[in-house]
Amino acid sequence: MKIRLDQVVKTFDTFRAVHGVSLEVASGELVALLGPSGSGKTTILRMIAGLEFADGGAIYFGDQDATAIPVRERGVGFVFQHYALFPHMTVGENIAFGMKVSKVKRSKSEIAARVDELLKLVRLEGLGNRFPSQISGGQRQRVALARALAVDPKVLLLDEPFGALDAAVRRDLRVWLREIQEQLGITTLFVTHDQEEALDLADRVVILSEGKIVQEGTPEEVTRRPNSAFVTRFLGDTNRLQGQVGGGQVQLGGTAVAAPGIRDGKADVYVRPADLEWAVEGEGLSATVTRVIDRPDHRRVLAKLADGTQIELDVPPETRVLRGDIGVLRVHRANIFAA
Amino acid sequence: MKRRVLPGLPLALGITIFYVALIVALPLGALIFKAASLGLDDYWRIISSNRALASYRVTAGSAAVATVFNLVFGMALAWVLVRYNFPGKRLVDAIVDLPFALPTAVAGIALTTLFAANGWFGAPLAAIGIPVAYTPLGIMVAMAFTSLPFVVRTVQPVLEDLDPALEEAAQSLGGSDWTIFRKVILPLLTPALLAGVSLSFARSLGEFGAIIFIAGNQPMQTEITALLAFIRLEEYDYQAAAAIASVLLITAFVMLAVTNLLQARALRYTQRS
Repeated sequence: MKIRLDQVVKTFDTFRAVHGVSLEVASGELVALLGPSGSGKTTILRMIAGLEFADGGAIYFGDQDATAIPVRERGVGFVFQHYALFPHMTVGENIAFGMKVSKVKRSKSEIAARVDELLKLVRLEGLGNRFPSQISGGQRQRVALARALAVDPKVLLLDEPFGALDAAVRRDLRVWLREIQEQLGITTLFVTHDQEEALDLADRVVILSEGKIVQEGTPEEVTRRPNSAFVTRFLGDTNRLQGQVGGGQVQLGGTAVAAPGIRDGKADVYVRPADLEWAVEGEGLSATVTRVIDRPDHRRVLAKLADGTQIELDVPPETRVLRGDIGVLRVHRANIFAA
Repeated sequence: MKRRVLPGLPLALGITIFYVALIVALPLGALIFKAASLGLDDYWRIISSNRALASYRVTAGSAAVATVFNLVFGMALAWVLVRYNFPGKRLVDAIVDLPFALPTAVAGIALTTLFAANGWFGAPLAAIGIPVAYTPLGIMVAMAFTSLPFVVRTVQPVLEDLDPALEEAAQSLGGSDWTIFRKVILPLLTPALLAGVSLSFARSLGEFGAIIFIAGNQPMQTEITALLAFIRLEEYDYQAAAAIASVLLITAFVMLAVTNLLQARALRYTQRS
């Protein structure tokens, strides 16, 4: 099912949560709505679900205008951040709920067979008789997904689905969700504030800020060609340097970095920690090391430039560097925006 | 011995047990002791006399009706107070507690005035053939009035804590409003409703002050058990008074035990494996 949003607006009291958002999601696509809190991403998801109604604009499911269709007739599966499992029902009863209340009558054995099938899909065979309070958070979220899938939704919507889980479980569930989504081919939108999650999981990432879409594209497009300082900063750690653009390039400590299409004058230069190289001497920005943080795959060096700017860079684990060392930084790659 | 982090167990437990023994257990013990001083035959004769049996019927029957009324109306009141915003909401919320604060005799006199054949409510009701004051219906009105806060105050906090996402989830799965109420909300409210109902019923069984003014107190018809015990007291027949009171006590105790069991059953899903 293809989804299209056309100039959708939503206002809460006096606060405008969503400003004229237009978006297309192709059938079978997995799309992430990524943004900081208050960016309107959850409101957009809830409007697609029918849990909120748009104040302006329209939402289409395929060719049908779904803007005013109530949630119970919209045919969406919704997964909540805190699972929202019915605590007084067993896992099996939770999954069966949608089929039991449906207008389409199913026999008891039909429902039981479908519940077993879904338990298998989410790898929870044998847990059908447990209550939600008797299983772990990751298992609960899988039950919530099975429950949403039980009614054969046209669209699957997930609101911060892994937000309440710890890091290891989150990574496992990400891979698993991707597999299930590919297997079922269901159009899926999920909301997250975690850029790593969005980039890992989605075919396409929609980045939101203050109720507007600031950039959308494949993970490759948004990471390699961020269109604004906001997107650059939001997608990962970055250093901001002041530079002067002249003739399509910026001079940084003796090295030139290409700045295609940027007008001459002052510019903000954003450099990722991994795009900086540390050297004891030579051309580059001179810096003093203030701290070294050891991480599993690299060493993070905190340094200070001559003008006092704080810089973070990643160096290979075997690099010998100590607090107080003086050296130079070379910039390999940068995103430059006119100031 | 296992070390505890929370201080004050011996002192707190000591004071609590002393208090319960002195204020609750001692009078009840005295009552049972007095009733037990009767022989079994005499005890049985007193508690199974026709007048006593009629009083049980009146008391338990009226209490049951009043409790069902409070169950429905109290839940509706809690629902409205939690779910909606309207002008005067805080005032309504405060009024719910009035039956607790008002001396029950005052409530009884006020209700009698209202529901008497010439009262504001009583006159139109009498005109259509429904007399309230001095009938069992009057007893039910008084019981419902004095025990209303129990259901409201037990259901209200549970309803407030109910996660709205549960209802949204049920809606997204296609449930109608009625289905969601019946299959999701009501089961989650059941333990609180049981608690409210049992307290409301127990209070109605024991209510005295509000009822005697409105009941008419005709033996065999509108005489409640508590009044019968009081009449025996006035006749200096302490043993008979204690015997009749012990029936109320045992009924209330059994009923509270049963609702506790039902409540544990309704809450079994919260137990971790």
